Amino acid sequence: MLGLLVLLALALITISFRESESGPLHTAQASVASALQPLTVAVERVARPFRDAYNWTEGLFSARSDVDRLRAENQELRQLVIQNESALQRNVELKRLLDYQESPRFPHDFGFVAASVTAQPSGAFEQAIVLPVGSKHGVELRAPVVTGEGLVGLVTRVTPNQSRVTLLTDADSAVSAVDLQTQASGVVEHGQAGDSLVVTYVSKSDNVNVGDEIVTSGWRRGDLASLYPPGIPIGRVTYASSLNTDLYQQVQIESGVDFSSLESVLVLVRGSEDANR
Amino acid sequence: MSDAAAVTVLVFVAALLQATLFSSLDVLGGTPDVLLLVLIGVALLRGSVQGAVAGFGGGLLLDVVTLDTLGVTALVLALAGYGAGRYGETTGRGRAHAPVLAVVVVTVLVALLGFFLHFLIGEEVSVRRALVESLLAGLGLNLIFGAPVFALCRAVLRPFQPAERATEVRLLG
Repeated sequence: MLGLLVLLALALITISFRESESGPLHTAQASVASALQPLTVAVERVARPFRDAYNWTEGLFSARSDVDRLRAENQELRQLVIQNESALQRNVELKRLLDYQESPRFPHDFGFVAASVTAQPSGAFEQAIVLPVGSKHGVELRAPVVTGEGLVGLVTRVTPNQSRVTLLTDADSAVSAVDLQTQASGVVEHGQAGDSLVVTYVSKSDNVNVGDEIVTSGWRRGDLASLYPPGIPIGRVTYASSLNTDLYQQVQIESGVDFSSLESVLVLVRGSEDANR
Repeated sequence: MSDAAAVTVLVFVAALLQATLFSSLDVLGGTPDVLLLVLIGVALLRGSVQGAVAGFGGGLLLDVVTLDTLGVTALVLALAGYGAGRYGETTGRGRAHAPVLAVVVVTVLVALLGFFLHFLIGEEVSVRRALVESLLAGLGLNLIFGAPVFALCRAVLRPFQPAERATEVRLLG
């Protein structure tokens, strides 16, 4: 029995890995995922208050260092039940997304599809999220995904009703970036620990300072162009130094996005009308 | 409800909860793996074959729901279920520490095998994140979540009574 299951699993891995996105196995997977989507969304909605309660508790622990803020927050939070707080936080997040969409920082020539996160792959092997919007809603492969705080990642798989977003903190992610203050350019990649990010290939002759804002460069050379539009915030520089033995500067940045508790995001759609979900 | 149906419902619900809730509960860089814990519970209570089948089914469901490469999680969890089941059938039978030991060993082996498989299919994975930060925190969380999950498994899947076990073969002659 075990041998049969192992063979079946290996066959699935091989076919799934080798066939195109339009292949029969991917199509079947997308169909089953679509069929399960209402159930997933329902479970996610039932589970959301528990996750929000956890995030709320975790937030209290991390806010201990900020006594004044914690006192004010405690006074406010005591008066609210967790369910109401959850709804409030969600509204704030959606409002922030709306503000971002209406702000001058929102990329030109792009529409958006708003979506809430429904699932995440298990384990530490991949940094990704699953959204309940797909090609039927205008989402395309390689579409950038953002929040009001900055860049989140890139759509790496699309089915008619769902899409998978590989986060900026994934080991496979890389984004051409530029220092907004000094125009120093480099590539943002994942760092060594946790959700940390680094900017690589920054020339020693370029000037990068702590506190500088790093945004997507959105380069274009002939027919080739970056997957990301220019000017999307990625993070702020927290450390910059260059050793004589290094070829490039060492630059660490901190993203404004909390990748561990993403709830709502905007998928950028090139030249299409806005759609909300 | 029949035994197989109870196992199916347990694994199905655990897989959905894992994808929607527990995978996002990040504590010190790790997340609890409730699907794996349910699987270990099923395997210890029902044996290696049911453990392997439950692992394969639960893993496949997780791969589908998260749009992951089909078969990766199914392969890892099928082997995990079989291993935990074999341990329960042999040296772990009747031992009070069997669930704890199974959680520790299976969690570590699942992380190693998962890392190896993702490496094989060309997905870049941070060794430090996958095998140090995440594994240690995940192991601790699995030990904490293990007790209530096993209690649930025992409540849903009644352990076999001694009379229900296969009787020993009587040697003739």
